[in-house]
Amino acid sequence: MVRMVSATELRPSTNAWPIEADRLSVKAGKHLAVDGLDLKLGVGVHGLLGPNGAGKTTLMRALSTVERPSGGRLRLLGEDATDGRALRALRARLGYLPQHFGFYPRFTVREYVEYVAWLREMPKADIPEAVQRVIDRVGLADRADSRLRTLSGGMLRRVGVAQAIVNSPDVLLLDEPTVGLDPEQRVEFRTLLRDLGTDSCVLVSTHLVEDVVAACSDVVMVNLGKLVWQGVPAELIALGEQGGVGDSPAERGYSTILASHRSAA
Amino acid sequence: MSKHIPAASLAAYTAGDPALDDTAVWTIEVHLENCGDCRAQLAEAAPPALTALLDDVQVMIDRGVRTGPEPVRRRAWRHFAHRWAMWDLVPWLVTIGVAVAAAFFLDRTFPQRPSLVLLLAPIAPLAGMAAAWSRRRDPGWEIVAGTARAGLELMLRRTTVILALVLPPLALAGWRLGMSPALWLLPALTFTAATLLLGGRFGVVRAAATLGGAWFLAVVTPAVITADIPALIEPASAPGWAVAAVAGTVLAVWRAGDHRHTNPR
Repeated sequence: MVRMVSATELRPSTNAWPIEADRLSVKAGKHLAVDGLDLKLGVGVHGLLGPNGAGKTTLMRALSTVERPSGGRLRLLGEDATDGRALRALRARLGYLPQHFGFYPRFTVREYVEYVAWLREMPKADIPEAVQRVIDRVGLADRADSRLRTLSGGMLRRVGVAQAIVNSPDVLLLDEPTVGLDPEQRVEFRTLLRDLGTDSCVLVSTHLVEDVVAACSDVVMVNLGKLVWQGVPAELIALGEQGGVGDSPAERGYSTILASHRSAA
Repeated sequence: MSKHIPAASLAAYTAGDPALDDTAVWTIEVHLENCGDCRAQLAEAAPPALTALLDDVQVMIDRGVRTGPEPVRRRAWRHFAHRWAMWDLVPWLVTIGVAVAAAFFLDRTFPQRPSLVLLLAPIAPLAGMAAAWSRRRDPGWEIVAGTARAGLELMLRRTTVILALVLPPLALAGWRLGMSPALWLLPALTFTAATLLLGGRFGVVRAAATLGGAWFLAVVTPAVITADIPALIEPASAPGWAVAAVAGTVLAVWRAGDHRHTNPR
């Protein structure tokens, strides 16, 4: 057979921004953790920075459709994320690693990733191959049939990354993925991130400014539930040249932006 | 394609003749992909060195297949359990079983008092439903809640499993006590349907707690204190329960879409 390029492969995407939030508000309990946030993210790796309590995790939950926004508009991959009918098809194209990666201790790595692939409605025939591929990708091939309760913290974090990418998501949300990884694994993880960012929209929430500078094509800073700054890592470093608190130019840039936002507020 | 590759072109292709340009090579390869006869001719034209190499590769692949790792054994039962059962099934199942058994023996000992099996029947599935949807009890809720199968499909699967496990002990107790199935089955189905209906709006755990609490305070407590048989568990109320069960199920199915948004609480 001569392989034909199908019409769906050539179809232009109808949405300019995989993630598009307009005056988005999300509550965490009774507290308004995300308060009128405007955000547009395209394809690439985006680093989400912000101090503790800035609303990063709540924003990630809203983007992963786990938490329903209390106000504003949220469009993911061109679909309205608050529309119940569009939600199921949309969720099949999302990948999400929560900050608290809860796992079932009696599942093996393979069973767990398979289970999540099934939950995300991957075609049944593709699941075993995709599962093996992502387990190889995160470097857990030798532990694939170990129970999750026997794994170390860093390995569990990598299982979390594996389940998030198993369905080759178009929008990938990773909440603090580098916690518990050793320096070598962090370097490997950054390579993985750059790979994933070539054709999907990846949002990585983190506290580590150096991770963002090394692996992200774009930086998003939030504070008190609002967007404070958005730009490329080089701009953040350039801001750090002018002063501020921190050990590296990027950290100084981060603290400069935060300080100017706090004094303006 | 009716026309085959001329022998001269095929010979040039086999020999890797530099006179063949890309277009000619491409044309030959497209034809070869679709034509078995020409492929056979090409195989005959292959030099002995190439045939020997291909044989070696074949032997190596065969050896790799024999001595390589075994394919992962599929454990069908575990696979099935992961798809249908929810986290932490056993503890509450034991609780319900013990409660039904205790109610059964009390009924046998004090036949003139209100039947505890009948008083327990409506709220027996609710404990399981609350446990299946609890954020606190399910460590993986955040990953599960953002997937395509979350909400409607998982709700139906979990409800089926809970009813399949709760109804048999009730049936056994009811049969041994000589009660009409309508008296325990219909209230159990009504309360399950009502929990699903309200759960779509307020969360399954809250709905189960409210309904179970209301039944306990309004019916069970007065019956136990005064020893009067409540009208709701008299055989005369069976038609009323039948109407409630049917109406509840219809409404629950009609409002099933609410569960797309509802996240376990």
